Amino acid sequence: MMPDLGKYAFAVLSSYGVTIILLSVIVVISFWRARKVRAALDEIENRRGN
Amino acid sequence: MRALLARDLMLAIRAGGGFGLGLAFFLIVTVLVPFGVGPQTDLLSRIAPGILWIGALLACLLSLDRILALDWEDGSLDLLATAPLPMEGIVSVKALAHWITTGLPLVLAAPVLGVLLSLPLPAYQWVVISLAVGTPALSVIGTFGAALTVGIKRGGLLMSLLVLPLYVPTLIFGAEVARRGAEGLTVQAPLLLLAGISFGVIALLPFASAAVLRINLR
Amino acid sequence: MSLWEYANPVKFIRTTDKVLPWVWALTGICLVTGLVWGFFFTPDDFRQGSTVKIIYIHVPSALMAINAWLMMLVASLIWIVRRHHVSALAARAAAPVGAVMTMIALATGAFWGQPMWGTWWAWDPRLTSFLILFLFYLGYMALWEAIENDDTAADLTSILCLVGSVFAVLSRYAVNFWNQGLHQGATLSLDKEENISDVFWFPLLVCIAGFVLLFIALVFLRTQTEIRARRTRALLAREGQA
Repeated sequence: MMPDLGKYAFAVLSSYGVTIILLSVIVVISFWRARKVRAALDEIENRRGN
Repeated sequence: MRALLARDLMLAIRAGGGFGLGLAFFLIVTVLVPFGVGPQTDLLSRIAPGILWIGALLACLLSLDRILALDWEDGSLDLLATAPLPMEGIVSVKALAHWITTGLPLVLAAPVLGVLLSLPLPAYQWVVISLAVGTPALSVIGTFGAALTVGIKRGGLLMSLLVLPLYVPTLIFGAEVARRGAEGLTVQAPLLLLAGISFGVIALLPFASAAVLRINLR
Repeated sequence: MSLWEYANPVKFIRTTDKVLPWVWALTGICLVTGLVWGFFFTPDDFRQGSTVKIIYIHVPSALMAINAWLMMLVASLIWIVRRHHVSALAARAAAPVGAVMTMIALATGAFWGQPMWGTWWAWDPRLTSFLILFLFYLGYMALWEAIENDDTAADLTSILCLVGSVFAVLSRYAVNFWNQGLHQGATLSLDKEENISDVFWFPLLVCIAGFVLLFIALVFLRTQTEIRARRTRALLAREGQA
């Protein structure tokens, strides 16, 4: 299934690897921070509601 | 306006930091480079124009926080803001004072330091001319950076990060004039572009600096 | 019903909450399709060999690196003129995404340049201007972080964005003047003759769509986060006063 990348395998694979890692990092950080901030806001709003 | 300029100049001279420190820093950078790259004369003379430009740029950068920070701390900036002088005028005068205390001495010192780096003979005039044309732009851009970060405690590092990318075009054209001058090529195109940047920046950037300063003083 | 209704933070959050799952789904479909298509099912270029496969991430990320800055510029202008908070926060939310796109473009470019030009890095105009763009992103984000008052930060960063855009364009021309390039011209010109062949073109289009959608999804999500973080700060401040 793996295509034959010839002598440039390193360049191609590391490009895809770096891209996937960097994109995952920004996506994960965004989601993580979104959840944290949302939880903090919910907590405060609940506290004020009571 | 003239009174403000005179006051800034007096302060710079009395405090002792204005003229002296920038120049001393310029000297240090120039002296350190041969230690870093080795004492071969041909190599040094080839990179001398660029080093002089980078040294001048860094010396300019280091003295930027003096433009506004002191006035901000002791509150005289608030006083100036209520004065009849428009904010654009204030930042322009500040930039001018910075240029007279930092840029001008650098221009005058550059040929002396050129000797240390065995700058080729035809390059002297072009290094001086390019610095004379380019350093006003450095002062004005720097004033913008100083105005941006004036409200931030220990904003010096942040200001460097903001200002250095803005210095790129000036540095490229300025160093290009000096380099072409050193190699005896025609310098007209980069010199005109450098002058264009200087004039454009002097004409337009004070408005941005003034806007930023107004926001910070709010 | 006008576009400006979305400047209301509550309305923005409600709408994006509805839209976001779809955007994420489309992003996933486009990215997976495009990258798998590009990686597994495209032929090698006769000159560049398999390195041509890097184009499916290099070109979209480079495009988005510039488009993200343009989007920040527009958002900053909207903030300055109409003072909609969502707009300022969207600009803030977009900056790290743009910086990551710039990083990807630079990194994949280095991996591509190594076998093709025999060097990881050259002071080529395009490469250099991307590096400068990256520095601008860093400065912009650092300024946001450094200022405590939200409105002041929004004002200052939007002015920095405007001034920075002018200087970024200036740097682009300065750098062009300063050095001749190794980099090829535009990949996506409107002139059909100069374009790359269809075999590479269609998966590339899908990838570009994927990157655009990913950017939109991330900006929506991060803007929501910024709105909530800001509201949290405001509520905390109010509690502190009471």
